[in-house]
Amino acid sequence: MEIKYYIGLAIALFCTGIIGVLTRRNAIIIFMCVELMLNAVNLLLVAFSKMHALSPVGIATPSVVSDAQVFVFFIMVVAAAEVAVGLAIIVMMYRNVHSVDVNFLNRLKN
Amino acid sequence: MNNVLQIVWLIPFLPLMGFLINGLGRKQLSKTFSGIIGSGVVLASFIISLYVFFSVKGGNTHVAHYFNFVNIESLKIGFDFQVDQLSSIFLLIITGVGFLIHVYSTSYMHEEESKDFAKYFSYLNLFVFSMLLLVLGANYVIMFIGWEGVGLCSYLLIGYWFKNNNYNNAAKKAFIMNRIGDLGFLLAVFWLISKLGTADYHNVFANISKLGKTDIIGITLLLFVGATGKSAQIPLYTWLPDAMAGPTPVSALIHAATMVTAGIYMIARSNILYSSDFAEITRNIISVIGLATALLAASIALKQNDIKKVLAYSTVSQLGFMFLALGCGNYTAAVFHVMTHAFFKALLFLGSGSVIHAMGGEQDITKMGGLNKYMRITQVTFLIGCLAIAGCPPFSGFFSKDAILLSAFEHNKILWGLAVFAAMMTTYYMFRLYFLTFSGKFRGTHDQEHHLHESPSAMTLPLIVLAILAIIGGFVGVPHILGGHNEIATFLQPVIPMHENANPVSSGTEYGLMIGTTIAMLIAGIFAFMQNRNFVAKENKGLGKVLENKWYVDELYDSIIVKPLQSVATFFNNILEKKGIDGFVNGVGKAVNYGSRQVRLLQSGHVGSYVLLMVIGILILFIVQLFLK
Repeated sequence: MEIKYYIGLAIALFCTGIIGVLTRRNAIIIFMCVELMLNAVNLLLVAFSKMHALSPVGIATPSVVSDAQVFVFFIMVVAAAEVAVGLAIIVMMYRNVHSVDVNFLNRLKN
Repeated sequence: MNNVLQIVWLIPFLPLMGFLINGLGRKQLSKTFSGIIGSGVVLASFIISLYVFFSVKGGNTHVAHYFNFVNIESLKIGFDFQVDQLSSIFLLIITGVGFLIHVYSTSYMHEEESKDFAKYFSYLNLFVFSMLLLVLGANYVIMFIGWEGVGLCSYLLIGYWFKNNNYNNAAKKAFIMNRIGDLGFLLAVFWLISKLGTADYHNVFANISKLGKTDIIGITLLLFVGATGKSAQIPLYTWLPDAMAGPTPVSALIHAATMVTAGIYMIARSNILYSSDFAEITRNIISVIGLATALLAASIALKQNDIKKVLAYSTVSQLGFMFLALGCGNYTAAVFHVMTHAFFKALLFLGSGSVIHAMGGEQDITKMGGLNKYMRITQVTFLIGCLAIAGCPPFSGFFSKDAILLSAFEHNKILWGLAVFAAMMTTYYMFRLYFLTFSGKFRGTHDQEHHLHESPSAMTLPLIVLAILAIIGGFVGVPHILGGHNEIATFLQPVIPMHENANPVSSGTEYGLMIGTTIAMLIAGIFAFMQNRNFVAKENKGLGKVLENKWYVDELYDSIIVKPLQSVATFFNNILEKKGIDGFVNGVGKAVNYGSRQVRLLQSGHVGSYVLLMVIGILILFIVQLFLK
């Protein structure tokens, strides 16, 4: 399959994530959208890595092929850590304001 | 001779120590102690000055170098003292008359509180220090330090009773007027340094040929501007009569005997510059200004009723005579008159102080009269002072004034005629003062009459010493035709080369002039006696009123200089300062305030909007990266 489909899918996922973050007020959905954006990037990394490996022009050494895929694992680990922290924040937020609406978090205003 | 160089620094150093002791310990020291310190240091300086005087008498001149005061590449200005005949005469006048006035002050100021008393003596000592520095400095820069120092002390002492605001204004007036003159002095020194690269007297005088005509005229005129400020000449003389706000001994020391003669000293010291052929125009200006001042001040003194104001105007007038002598190129006569004037004017001021003391602070001579019955010593010494200043032979003023009149006669007959007229006015107003104060009936209140008494001996002793000096002081300058040798001119010769007579007068003419002027003085004296023997209070009309109001010069200065300056200042204050500068500064503040209030709205607290802005920012970065590369 051509690379452009992967890119198109990644862009669609990423934009969905951004729009979700921008428009939704529910902290959990925003959180899911952030994950969506991360995974769009992961998808791109894997796709480009595969592309380089198959490319007749590029110098396809094992390290070039595996670098990006290793990165993806890093991102996943970070995302998992983020989930742990983020969900904890959301739980604390719910305990304090009995809501997961981010617009309640405007205490810094004024 | 080296001994002299080793101890000459003590002369100014001792009064400086006196200033420090009295100034720092003013709250602890008793009056007796601060009086002894204050007078003692000046006496010690006087003794050293005597020693210096006798060692330079043989014609030696020396420069004592201590350290480099200014040291910038090629420009080196040393902290040097000039030890020669001219400075030694001034040292004697300053420390000698100064000592007498210090002694007098211990009694005159005795009613002051102890710490004010010590403060007074510390100022007086600081003044003596500055004046000695002025006279001893071997270059114009050191002279300038002393020059400024005496101005400062004059300010401090005029405003000594600072609770009276009029006195403060008088002090400020004196200081500002002096500053105007000082600027001229300073410019002249810069000019000299830029042309010759040195301010040392002997280097400047040795290299005078390197100066062009413009340089000489400019420098001499600027130096003269400095002298008009310090020595109260037209147009800067009005501060001196107002300076009488200070205590009377201060008037005697600073505003009669020493500080005001600094201008004379400076020009006499620079006589080589002023004698240059190029400086003829300066000499003419000096003689005209000096004579005009002598006439103007003498005419004002005719109608003044404040005992100290009369003496103040007479000081201005006598200084005018000295400048006339300088302008005629007779520097010796000017220095001679400085010396005799220091004696008799200090005597007159101290005598007036004694009178004021007896009258309980009253200074109006129309309220005095008949004081001879109560204060014999003051009356006799005051009379001697009057005779000396009037130029009655053989009192000191006769010889010095005669020398000045003679050089004016040689120079220009019109100058001479006007100078004789001014001298006649001197005689008239001095005897008017004398008769109104001491003869006739007492015109004050009964309380004052009851209080009248002779002053204590600490005040009368200086009077007696000064009276003796006023009598014999002139004998150092007896002209040749009267069988004298004019010792002062011979003595000063190493510093002031002998005055060359362009067209010397015959001895017959000289006799004639002497007798003529003496008769003129006699007439003026008799006239004063006739008019003021019996005092009748009457209002002045016409010219008398103009004279009483000092030719309205103060009012004139007020309307052409002070008022316009004040309105300009008000304009700048209200428009430029408040609206312009303040408006700009406040405007910047307001703009930042307003701007930040608007920008603050961006921080809405909505997380969504922050994220939106972040996304927009990232998009902009992408666009820049992709398309604008």
